[in-house]
Amino acid sequence: MENVWTLLSWGPQGWSDDIAWGVLVTVSLGLATLPVGLLIGFLVALAKQSPEPSLRIAGNVYTTIFRGLPELLTLFLVFYGAQIGLQQLLHFFSPGTNIEINSFVAGMVALGVVFSSYASEVFLSAFRAIPQGQYEGGYSIGLSKGQTMRLVVLPQLIKIALPGLANLWLILLKDTSLVSAIGLADILRQSGIAARVTKQAFLFFGFACLIYLVLAIISSFGINAIERWAGRREAQR
Amino acid sequence: MSAVTETSTDVDRPPVIPRPWTAARITGHVFIVLWLMLGVAMVGYLVNAWNPDLFEKYAPYYLSGLLVTIKLVAISIVLGALLSIPIAYARMSKNKVLNALAYAYVYFFRGTPLLAQTFLIYYGLGSFRPQLEAVGLWTFFRDAWYCAVFAFSLNTAAYQAEILRGAIESVPKGQWEGAESLGLHKYQILRKIVLPQALIVALRPYGNEIILMIKGSAIVAIITVYDLMGETRRAYSRTFDFQTYLWAALIYLSMVETLRHGIEWIERRITKHLKR
Repeated sequence: MENVWTLLSWGPQGWSDDIAWGVLVTVSLGLATLPVGLLIGFLVALAKQSPEPSLRIAGNVYTTIFRGLPELLTLFLVFYGAQIGLQQLLHFFSPGTNIEINSFVAGMVALGVVFSSYASEVFLSAFRAIPQGQYEGGYSIGLSKGQTMRLVVLPQLIKIALPGLANLWLILLKDTSLVSAIGLADILRQSGIAARVTKQAFLFFGFACLIYLVLAIISSFGINAIERWAGRREAQR
Repeated sequence: MSAVTETSTDVDRPPVIPRPWTAARITGHVFIVLWLMLGVAMVGYLVNAWNPDLFEKYAPYYLSGLLVTIKLVAISIVLGALLSIPIAYARMSKNKVLNALAYAYVYFFRGTPLLAQTFLIYYGLGSFRPQLEAVGLWTFFRDAWYCAVFAFSLNTAAYQAEILRGAIESVPKGQWEGAESLGLHKYQILRKIVLPQALIVALRPYGNEIILMIKGSAIVAIITVYDLMGETRRAYSRTFDFQTYLWAALIYLSMVETLRHGIEWIERRITKHLKR
Protein backbone atom coordinates (compact mmCIF):
# COMPACT_ATOMS: atom_id res chain seq x y z
CA MET A 1 0.00 0.00 0.00
CA GLU A 2 1.32 3.37 -0.98
CA ASN A 3 1.74 6.09 1.52
CA VAL A 4 -1.35 8.22 2.02
CA TRP A 5 0.67 11.41 1.86
CA THR A 6 2.26 10.41 -1.42
CA LEU A 7 -1.17 9.84 -2.88
CA LEU A 8 -2.39 13.20 -1.69
CA SER A 9 0.75 15.06 -2.71
CA TRP A 10 1.10 17.53 -5.55
CA GLY A 11 2.78 16.22 -8.68
CA PRO A 12 2.96 13.13 -10.85
CA GLN A 13 2.69 10.70 -7.94
CA GLY A 14 -0.03 12.47 -6.06
CA TRP A 15 -3.54 13.42 -6.98
CA SER A 16 -3.83 16.84 -5.37
CA ASP A 17 -3.15 18.69 -8.61
CA ASP A 18 -5.89 16.74 -10.42
CA ILE A 19 -8.35 17.33 -7.62
CA ALA A 20 -7.39 21.01 -7.51
CA TRP A 21 -8.53 21.24 -11.13
CA GLY A 22 -11.81 19.74 -9.99
CA VAL A 23 -12.10 22.38 -7.28
CA LEU A 24 -11.54 25.05 -9.90
CA VAL A 25 -14.29 23.58 -12.10
CA THR A 26 -16.72 23.28 -9.18
CA VAL A 27 -16.10 26.81 -7.94
CA SER A 28 -16.23 28.38 -11.39
CA LEU A 29 -19.44 26.52 -12.20
CA GLY A 30 -20.97 27.81 -8.97
CA LEU A 31 -19.74 31.35 -9.55
CA ALA A 32 -20.91 31.32 -13.18
CA THR A 33 -24.36 30.07 -12.20
CA LEU A 34 -24.84 32.53 -9.35
CA PRO A 35 -25.37 35.82 -11.26
CA VAL A 36 -27.59 34.18 -13.88
CA GLY A 37 -29.68 32.49 -11.22
CA LEU A 38 -29.94 35.66 -9.14
CA LEU A 39 -31.03 37.75 -12.11
CA ILE A 40 -33.66 35.27 -13.34
CA GLY A 41 -34.82 34.66 -9.78
CA PHE A 42 -35.28 38.39 -9.23
CA LEU A 43 -37.22 38.80 -12.46
CA VAL A 44 -39.46 35.83 -11.62
CA ALA A 45 -40.05 37.27 -8.15
CA LEU A 46 -40.98 40.61 -9.75
CA ALA A 47 -43.49 38.75 -11.92
CA LYS A 48 -44.91 36.84 -8.96
CA GLN A 49 -45.53 39.95 -6.88
CA SER A 50 -46.99 42.02 -9.69
CA PRO A 51 -50.67 43.00 -9.59
CA GLU A 52 -51.06 41.52 -13.08
CA PRO A 53 -52.56 38.02 -12.78
CA SER A 54 -51.13 36.67 -16.03
CA LEU A 55 -47.58 37.55 -14.94
CA ARG A 56 -48.18 35.90 -11.56
CA ILE A 57 -49.39 32.70 -13.18
CA ALA A 58 -46.45 32.60 -15.58
CA GLY A 59 -44.02 33.04 -12.68
CA ASN A 60 -45.71 30.42 -10.54
CA VAL A 61 -45.60 27.87 -13.35
CA TYR A 62 -41.85 28.41 -13.60
CA THR A 63 -41.27 27.81 -9.89
CA THR A 64 -43.63 24.85 -9.72
CA ILE A 65 -41.88 23.04 -12.55
CA PHE A 66 -38.29 23.60 -11.54
CA ARG A 67 -38.77 23.13 -7.82
CA GLY A 68 -40.67 19.91 -8.41
CA LEU A 69 -38.17 18.18 -10.66
CA PRO A 70 -35.14 16.40 -9.21
CA GLU A 71 -31.98 18.40 -9.96
CA LEU A 72 -30.38 15.39 -11.61
CA LEU A 73 -33.36 14.95 -13.92
CA THR A 74 -33.33 18.65 -14.83
CA LEU A 75 -29.67 18.26 -15.68
CA PHE A 76 -30.34 15.28 -17.94
CA LEU A 77 -33.33 17.01 -19.53
CA VAL A 78 -31.14 19.99 -20.38
CA PHE A 79 -28.13 17.95 -21.42
CA TYR A 80 -29.90 15.44 -23.67
CA GLY A 81 -32.97 17.53 -24.51
CA ALA A 82 -31.02 20.58 -25.64
CA GLN A 83 -28.69 18.34 -27.61
CA ILE A 84 -31.56 16.67 -29.46
CA GLY A 85 -33.46 19.92 -29.92
CA LEU A 86 -30.48 21.84 -31.28
CA GLN A 87 -29.50 18.90 -33.45
CA GLN A 88 -32.89 18.85 -35.08
CA LEU A 89 -32.88 22.60 -35.51
CA LEU A 90 -29.46 22.40 -37.11
CA HIS A 91 -30.42 19.52 -39.40
CA PHE A 92 -33.29 21.68 -40.57
CA PHE A 93 -30.82 24.26 -41.89
CA SER A 94 -27.76 22.20 -42.75
CA PRO A 95 -28.20 18.45 -42.63
CA GLY A 96 -25.26 16.31 -41.70
CA THR A 97 -23.67 18.54 -39.07
CA ASN A 98 -23.46 17.38 -35.50
CA ILE A 99 -23.53 19.43 -32.37
CA GLU A 100 -22.45 18.62 -28.88
CA ILE A 101 -23.59 20.50 -25.82
CA ASN A 102 -20.83 21.56 -23.51
CA SER A 103 -21.45 19.86 -20.18
CA PHE A 104 -20.35 23.01 -18.35
CA VAL A 105 -23.03 25.05 -20.11
CA ALA A 106 -25.64 22.34 -19.57
CA GLY A 107 -24.75 22.25 -15.87
CA MET A 108 -24.90 26.02 -15.69
CA VAL A 109 -28.34 26.15 -17.30
CA ALA A 110 -29.79 23.33 -15.21
CA LEU A 111 -28.40 24.58 -11.91
CA GLY A 112 -29.35 28.13 -12.90
CA VAL A 113 -33.03 27.36 -13.42
CA VAL A 114 -33.20 25.36 -10.17
CA PHE A 115 -31.37 28.10 -8.27
CA SER A 116 -33.52 30.84 -9.76
CA SER A 117 -36.79 29.12 -8.89
CA TYR A 118 -35.73 28.87 -5.26
CA ALA A 119 -34.25 32.38 -5.30
CA SER A 120 -37.52 33.78 -6.63
CA GLU A 121 -39.25 32.50 -3.49
CA VAL A 122 -36.62 34.15 -1.29
CA PHE A 123 -36.96 37.44 -3.17
CA LEU A 124 -40.75 37.18 -3.04
CA SER A 125 -40.83 36.87 0.73
CA ALA A 126 -38.38 39.76 0.95
CA PHE A 127 -40.69 41.84 -1.27
CA ARG A 128 -43.55 41.06 1.09
CA ALA A 129 -41.50 42.25 4.06
CA ILE A 130 -41.13 45.74 2.56
CA PRO A 131 -44.04 47.97 3.54
CA GLN A 132 -46.15 49.59 0.83
CA GLY A 133 -45.24 52.98 2.34
CA GLN A 134 -41.71 52.65 0.98
CA TYR A 135 -43.04 52.65 -2.59
CA GLU A 136 -45.49 55.45 -1.82
CA GLY A 137 -42.73 57.49 -0.19
CA GLY A 138 -40.58 57.02 -3.28
CA TYR A 139 -43.37 58.10 -5.62
CA SER A 140 -44.29 61.07 -3.44
CA ILE A 141 -40.84 62.61 -3.76
CA GLY A 142 -41.11 62.30 -7.49
CA LEU A 143 -39.08 59.17 -8.19
CA SER A 144 -40.11 57.09 -11.15
CA LYS A 145 -41.08 53.43 -10.81
CA GLY A 146 -37.64 52.24 -11.83
CA GLN A 147 -35.88 54.71 -9.56
CA THR A 148 -38.04 53.72 -6.59
CA MET A 149 -37.19 50.08 -7.20
CA ARG A 150 -33.48 50.75 -7.62
CA LEU A 151 -32.87 53.39 -4.97
CA VAL A 152 -35.47 52.66 -2.29
CA VAL A 153 -36.64 49.08 -2.47
CA LEU A 154 -33.64 47.17 -3.75
CA PRO A 155 -31.16 48.13 -1.00
CA GLN A 156 -33.62 47.00 1.66
CA LEU A 157 -34.60 43.94 -0.33
CA ILE A 158 -31.03 42.67 -0.61
CA LYS A 159 -30.53 42.99 3.11
CA ILE A 160 -33.66 40.99 3.91
CA ALA A 161 -33.00 38.37 1.25
CA LEU A 162 -29.32 37.88 2.11
CA PRO A 163 -29.64 35.01 4.63
CA GLY A 164 -31.95 33.07 2.31
CA LEU A 165 -29.67 33.65 -0.67
CA ALA A 166 -26.62 32.60 1.33
CA ASN A 167 -28.38 29.34 2.10
CA LEU A 168 -29.14 28.86 -1.59
CA TRP A 169 -25.48 29.46 -2.46
CA LEU A 170 -24.45 26.64 -0.12
CA ILE A 171 -27.08 24.38 -1.72
CA LEU A 172 -25.83 25.38 -5.17
CA LEU A 173 -22.26 24.51 -4.20
CA LYS A 174 -23.40 21.03 -3.17
CA ASP A 175 -25.60 20.60 -6.24
CA THR A 176 -22.63 21.22 -8.53
CA SER A 177 -21.51 17.69 -7.60
CA LEU A 178 -24.30 16.39 -9.85
CA VAL A 179 -22.50 17.55 -12.99
CA SER A 180 -20.03 14.73 -12.45
CA ALA A 181 -22.84 12.51 -13.79
CA ILE A 182 -22.69 14.20 -17.21
CA GLY A 183 -18.94 13.97 -17.38
CA LEU A 184 -17.72 17.34 -16.15
CA ALA A 185 -14.43 16.97 -14.28
CA ASP A 186 -15.48 18.47 -10.97
CA ILE A 187 -14.21 17.57 -7.48
CA LEU A 188 -16.25 14.42 -7.22
CA ARG A 189 -15.38 13.07 -10.64
CA GLN A 190 -11.67 13.74 -10.22
CA SER A 191 -11.63 12.02 -6.83
CA GLY A 192 -13.64 9.18 -8.34
CA ILE A 193 -10.94 8.71 -10.98
CA ALA A 194 -8.26 8.84 -8.30
CA ALA A 195 -10.21 6.31 -6.24
CA ARG A 196 -10.52 3.92 -9.15
CA VAL A 197 -6.87 4.13 -10.15
CA THR A 198 -5.39 3.85 -6.66
CA LYS A 199 -8.09 1.61 -5.13
CA GLN A 200 -8.18 3.98 -2.16
CA ALA A 201 -11.85 4.92 -2.47
CA PHE A 202 -12.44 5.88 1.14
CA LEU A 203 -9.41 8.15 1.23
CA PHE A 204 -10.33 10.07 -1.91
CA PHE A 205 -14.07 10.35 -1.37
CA GLY A 206 -13.39 11.40 2.21
CA PHE A 207 -10.95 13.96 0.85
CA ALA A 208 -13.63 15.20 -1.56
CA CYS A 209 -16.10 15.57 1.32
CA LEU A 210 -13.51 17.54 3.26
CA ILE A 211 -12.96 19.87 0.30
CA TYR A 212 -16.70 20.53 0.10
CA LEU A 213 -16.70 21.25 3.83
CA VAL A 214 -13.81 23.67 3.44
CA LEU A 215 -15.60 25.40 0.56
CA ALA A 216 -18.70 25.71 2.76
CA ILE A 217 -16.64 27.17 5.61
CA ILE A 218 -14.91 29.67 3.29
CA SER A 219 -18.32 30.61 1.88
CA SER A 220 -19.75 31.24 5.32
CA PHE A 221 -16.84 33.58 6.08
CA GLY A 222 -17.59 35.41 2.85
CA ILE A 223 -21.29 35.54 3.62
CA ASN A 224 -20.60 36.94 7.08
CA ALA A 225 -18.45 39.67 5.55
CA ILE A 226 -21.19 40.57 3.06
CA GLU A 227 -23.79 40.62 5.80
CA ARG A 228 -21.62 42.90 7.91
CA TRP A 229 -21.18 45.17 4.92
CA ALA A 230 -24.92 45.28 4.27
CA GLY A 231 -25.60 45.95 7.94
CA ARG A 232 -23.03 48.74 8.17
CA ARG A 233 -24.70 50.70 5.41
CA GLU A 234 -27.91 50.54 7.39
CA ALA A 235 -26.21 51.91 10.51
CA GLN A 236 -24.77 54.88 8.65
CA ARG A 237 -28.14 56.15 7.53
CA MET B 1 -82.15 33.99 -1.04
CA SER B 2 -84.46 34.78 -3.93
CA ALA B 3 -85.30 38.21 -2.51
CA VAL B 4 -81.66 39.11 -2.49
CA THR B 5 -81.12 38.14 -6.11
CA GLU B 6 -84.23 40.03 -7.18
CA THR B 7 -83.16 43.29 -5.61
CA SER B 8 -79.56 42.94 -6.62
CA THR B 9 -80.47 43.03 -10.31
CA ASP B 10 -81.49 46.67 -10.22
CA VAL B 11 -78.69 47.87 -7.97
CA ASP B 12 -76.25 50.22 -9.63
CA ARG B 13 -72.99 48.35 -9.88
CA PRO B 14 -69.76 50.32 -9.73
CA PRO B 15 -68.33 50.85 -13.16
CA VAL B 16 -65.86 48.24 -14.33
CA ILE B 17 -62.35 49.54 -13.92
CA PRO B 18 -60.77 49.66 -17.36
CA ARG B 19 -57.73 47.41 -17.65
CA PRO B 20 -55.46 48.86 -20.27
CA TRP B 21 -52.87 46.75 -22.04
CA THR B 22 -49.89 47.82 -19.97
CA ALA B 23 -46.39 46.51 -20.61
CA ALA B 24 -46.75 44.16 -17.63
CA ARG B 25 -49.99 42.73 -18.95
CA ILE B 26 -48.56 42.18 -22.41
CA THR B 27 -45.44 40.50 -21.01
CA GLY B 28 -47.58 38.30 -18.78
CA HIS B 29 -49.72 37.19 -21.67
CA VAL B 30 -46.68 36.57 -23.84
CA PHE B 31 -45.18 34.32 -21.17
CA ILE B 32 -48.45 32.48 -20.62
CA VAL B 33 -48.69 31.88 -24.35
CA LEU B 34 -45.09 30.63 -24.29
CA TRP B 35 -45.87 28.22 -21.45
CA LEU B 36 -49.01 27.04 -23.23
CA MET B 37 -47.06 26.49 -26.42
CA LEU B 38 -44.44 24.54 -24.50
CA GLY B 39 -47.15 22.46 -22.85
CA VAL B 40 -48.94 21.82 -26.14
CA ALA B 41 -45.64 20.98 -27.80
CA MET B 42 -44.82 18.51 -25.06
CA VAL B 43 -48.24 16.84 -25.13
CA GLY B 44 -48.06 16.83 -28.92
CA TYR B 45 -44.63 15.27 -28.82
CA LEU B 46 -45.72 12.62 -26.32
CA VAL B 47 -48.85 11.79 -28.35
CA ASN B 48 -46.86 11.75 -31.57
CA ALA B 49 -44.11 9.62 -30.09
CA TRP B 50 -46.58 7.27 -28.43
CA ASN B 51 -45.36 3.77 -28.98
CA PRO B 52 -47.46 0.91 -27.55
CA ASP B 53 -44.53 -1.52 -27.65
CA LEU B 54 -42.33 0.88 -25.73
CA PHE B 55 -45.07 1.51 -23.18
CA GLU B 56 -45.81 -2.18 -22.75
CA LYS B 57 -42.16 -2.99 -22.33
CA TYR B 58 -41.10 -0.21 -19.97
CA ALA B 59 -44.24 0.71 -18.00
CA PRO B 60 -43.72 -2.21 -15.56
CA TYR B 61 -40.09 -1.12 -15.10
CA TYR B 62 -41.19 2.45 -14.38
CA LEU B 63 -43.72 1.17 -11.86
CA SER B 64 -41.15 -0.94 -10.06
CA GLY B 65 -38.74 2.01 -10.16
CA LEU B 66 -41.39 4.25 -8.65
CA LEU B 67 -41.93 1.71 -5.87
CA VAL B 68 -38.18 1.55 -5.21
CA THR B 69 -38.06 5.36 -4.97
CA ILE B 70 -41.01 5.47 -2.57
CA LYS B 71 -39.61 2.62 -0.47
CA LEU B 72 -36.19 4.25 -0.31
CA VAL B 73 -37.60 7.62 0.75
CA ALA B 74 -40.04 6.12 3.26
CA ILE B 75 -37.45 3.89 4.95
CA SER B 76 -34.82 6.64 5.11
CA ILE B 77 -37.24 9.23 6.44
CA VAL B 78 -38.42 6.87 9.22
CA LEU B 79 -34.91 5.71 10.14
CA GLY B 80 -33.69 9.30 9.95
CA ALA B 81 -36.50 10.44 12.23
CA LEU B 82 -35.54 7.83 14.82
CA LEU B 83 -31.87 8.74 14.56
CA SER B 84 -32.58 12.47 14.68
CA ILE B 85 -34.05 12.27 18.21
CA PRO B 86 -30.77 11.50 20.02
CA ILE B 87 -28.91 13.95 17.76
CA ALA B 88 -31.36 16.76 18.49
CA TYR B 89 -31.12 15.87 22.19
CA ALA B 90 -27.34 16.06 22.06
CA ARG B 91 -27.49 19.34 20.12
CA MET B 92 -29.63 20.90 22.87
CA SER B 93 -27.78 19.37 25.83
CA LYS B 94 -25.54 21.48 28.02
CA ASN B 95 -22.81 18.85 27.90
CA LYS B 96 -20.08 20.46 25.77
CA VAL B 97 -18.67 17.21 24.37
CA LEU B 98 -22.08 15.85 23.39
CA ASN B 99 -23.02 19.16 21.85
CA ALA B 100 -19.81 19.40 19.83
CA LEU B 101 -20.20 15.84 18.54
CA ALA B 102 -23.76 16.45 17.42
CA TYR B 103 -22.75 19.77 15.86
CA ALA B 104 -19.93 18.10 13.93
CA TYR B 105 -22.29 15.38 12.70
CA VAL B 106 -24.89 17.87 11.52
CA TYR B 107 -22.26 20.14 9.97
CA PHE B 108 -20.66 17.31 8.05
CA PHE B 109 -23.88 15.93 6.62
CA ARG B 110 -25.33 19.31 5.79
CA GLY B 111 -22.08 20.70 4.41
CA THR B 112 -21.24 17.97 1.91
CA PRO B 113 -23.24 16.83 -1.13
CA LEU B 114 -25.45 13.79 -0.71
CA LEU B 115 -23.83 12.32 -3.79
CA ALA B 116 -20.38 12.51 -2.21
CA GLN B 117 -21.71 10.91 0.99
CA THR B 118 -23.30 8.10 -1.00
CA PHE B 119 -20.05 7.51 -2.89
CA LEU B 120 -18.11 7.59 0.37
CA ILE B 121 -20.29 4.85 1.79
CA TYR B 122 -20.82 2.71 -1.30
CA TYR B 123 -17.35 2.86 -2.86
CA GLY B 124 -15.38 4.10 0.13
CA LEU B 125 -16.33 1.42 2.61
CA GLY B 126 -15.13 -1.12 0.06
CA SER B 127 -11.62 -0.16 1.18
CA PHE B 128 -12.39 -1.77 4.53
CA ARG B 129 -13.62 -5.03 3.09
CA PRO B 130 -11.47 -7.35 5.30
CA GLN B 131 -12.51 -5.54 8.46
CA LEU B 132 -16.17 -5.48 7.43
CA GLU B 133 -16.04 -9.16 6.51
CA ALA B 134 -14.58 -9.90 9.93
CA VAL B 135 -17.60 -8.34 11.67
CA GLY B 136 -20.03 -9.80 9.13
CA LEU B 137 -21.25 -6.45 7.77
CA TRP B 138 -19.81 -6.88 4.29
CA THR B 139 -22.99 -8.37 2.80
CA PHE B 140 -24.76 -5.21 3.98
CA PHE B 141 -22.29 -2.70 2.54
CA ARG B 142 -21.74 -4.66 -0.67
CA ASP B 143 -25.29 -3.99 -1.77
CA ALA B 144 -26.00 -0.65 -3.45
CA TRP B 145 -29.55 -0.57 -2.12
CA TYR B 146 -28.51 -0.96 1.54
CA CYS B 147 -25.76 1.59 1.09
CA ALA B 148 -28.24 4.06 -0.38
CA VAL B 149 -30.66 3.54 2.51
CA PHE B 150 -27.79 3.90 4.99
CA ALA B 151 -26.42 7.09 3.40
CA PHE B 152 -29.85 8.67 2.99
CA SER B 153 -30.85 7.85 6.58
CA LEU B 154 -27.68 9.41 7.98
CA ASN B 155 -28.13 12.46 5.76
CA THR B 156 -31.79 13.08 6.54
CA ALA B 157 -31.15 12.45 10.24
CA ALA B 158 -28.88 15.50 10.30
CA TYR B 159 -31.49 17.69 8.61
CA GLN B 160 -34.34 16.33 10.70
CA ALA B 161 -32.38 16.87 13.91
CA GLU B 162 -32.05 20.55 13.02
CA ILE B 163 -35.77 20.76 12.20
CA LEU B 164 -36.68 19.11 15.51
CA ARG B 165 -34.31 21.34 17.47
CA GLY B 166 -35.58 24.48 15.79
CA ALA B 167 -39.18 23.50 16.43
CA ILE B 168 -38.62 22.67 20.10
CA GLU B 169 -36.67 25.88 20.64
CA SER B 170 -39.45 27.87 18.96
CA VAL B 171 -41.77 27.01 21.86
CA PRO B 172 -41.51 29.88 24.36
CA LYS B 173 -39.70 29.25 27.62
CA GLY B 174 -42.80 30.23 29.54
CA GLN B 175 -44.49 27.05 28.38
CA TRP B 176 -41.83 24.97 30.12
CA GLU B 177 -41.96 27.11 33.24
CA GLY B 178 -45.74 27.08 33.38
CA ALA B 179 -45.84 23.32 33.07
CA GLU B 180 -43.11 22.95 35.67
CA SER B 181 -45.05 25.09 38.10
CA LEU B 182 -47.97 22.71 37.66
CA GLY B 183 -45.68 19.95 38.88
CA LEU B 184 -45.35 18.07 35.58
CA HIS B 185 -42.33 15.89 35.01
CA LYS B 186 -39.86 16.98 32.34
CA TYR B 187 -40.81 14.10 30.08
CA GLN B 188 -44.52 14.84 30.53
CA ILE B 189 -43.96 18.50 29.65
CA LEU B 190 -42.13 17.53 26.49
CA ARG B 191 -44.79 15.05 25.41
CA LYS B 192 -47.95 16.90 26.36
CA ILE B 193 -47.07 20.59 26.16
CA VAL B 194 -44.02 21.26 24.04
CA LEU B 195 -44.13 18.65 21.29
CA PRO B 196 -47.74 19.31 20.22
CA GLN B 197 -46.84 22.96 19.69
CA ALA B 198 -43.45 22.23 18.19
CA LEU B 199 -44.77 19.75 15.64
CA ILE B 200 -47.09 22.36 14.17
CA VAL B 201 -44.03 24.50 13.50
CA ALA B 202 -42.10 21.49 12.24
CA LEU B 203 -44.74 20.23 9.82
CA ARG B 204 -43.76 22.41 6.89
CA PRO B 205 -40.00 21.82 7.20
CA TYR B 206 -40.64 18.09 7.55
CA GLY B 207 -42.74 18.20 4.40
CA ASN B 208 -39.98 20.05 2.59
CA GLU B 209 -37.48 17.49 3.80
CA ILE B 210 -39.58 14.65 2.37
CA ILE B 211 -39.81 16.51 -0.94
CA LEU B 212 -36.05 17.11 -0.93
CA MET B 213 -35.51 13.41 -0.27
CA ILE B 214 -37.75 12.39 -3.15
CA LYS B 215 -35.82 14.72 -5.45
CA GLY B 216 -32.47 13.72 -3.96
CA SER B 217 -33.24 10.03 -4.25
CA ALA B 218 -32.75 10.34 -8.01
CA ILE B 219 -28.98 10.22 -7.46
CA VAL B 220 -29.05 6.58 -6.37
CA ALA B 221 -29.37 5.83 -10.08
CA ILE B 222 -25.67 6.71 -10.29
CA ILE B 223 -24.74 3.89 -7.88
CA THR B 224 -26.83 1.41 -9.90
CA VAL B 225 -29.96 1.25 -7.79
CA TYR B 226 -32.88 0.95 -10.20
CA ASP B 227 -35.23 3.55 -8.80
CA LEU B 228 -37.44 5.68 -11.05
CA MET B 229 -34.40 7.62 -12.30
CA GLY B 230 -32.39 4.43 -12.75
CA GLU B 231 -35.13 2.79 -14.80
CA THR B 232 -35.40 5.97 -16.86
CA ARG B 233 -31.70 5.97 -17.58
CA ARG B 234 -31.84 2.30 -18.50
CA ALA B 235 -34.83 2.85 -20.80
CA TYR B 236 -33.09 5.83 -22.45
CA SER B 237 -29.83 3.99 -22.95
CA ARG B 238 -31.69 1.17 -24.71
CA THR B 239 -34.09 3.19 -26.85
CA PHE B 240 -32.49 6.65 -27.19
CA ASP B 241 -36.04 7.91 -27.03
CA PHE B 242 -36.23 11.24 -25.25
CA GLN B 243 -39.80 10.68 -24.11
CA THR B 244 -38.45 8.33 -21.42
CA TYR B 245 -37.08 11.36 -19.58
CA LEU B 246 -40.27 13.37 -20.09
CA TRP B 247 -42.37 10.60 -18.53
CA ALA B 248 -40.04 10.49 -15.55
CA ALA B 249 -40.31 14.27 -15.20
CA LEU B 250 -44.11 14.04 -15.23
CA ILE B 251 -44.11 11.31 -12.58
CA TYR B 252 -41.69 13.17 -10.29
CA LEU B 253 -43.57 16.44 -10.74
CA SER B 254 -46.95 14.91 -9.93
CA MET B 255 -45.48 13.11 -6.91
CA VAL B 256 -43.97 16.29 -5.49
CA GLU B 257 -47.03 18.42 -6.23
CA THR B 258 -49.39 15.89 -4.60
CA LEU B 259 -47.22 15.84 -1.51
CA ARG B 260 -46.94 19.62 -1.37
CA HIS B 261 -50.70 20.11 -1.60
CA GLY B 262 -51.28 17.30 0.93
CA ILE B 263 -48.99 19.01 3.43
CA GLU B 264 -50.68 22.36 2.87
CA TRP B 265 -54.04 20.68 3.49
CA ILE B 266 -52.82 19.09 6.73
CA GLU B 267 -51.36 22.41 7.83
CA ARG B 268 -54.67 24.17 7.22
CA ARG B 269 -56.44 21.47 9.26
CA ILE B 270 -54.15 21.48 12.27
CA THR B 271 -53.74 25.25 12.54
CA LYS B 272 -57.47 25.96 12.48
CA HIS B 273 -57.42 26.93 16.16
CA LEU B 274 -54.68 29.50 15.52
CA LYS B 275 -56.55 31.37 12.79
CA ARG B 276 -58.42 34.48 13.80
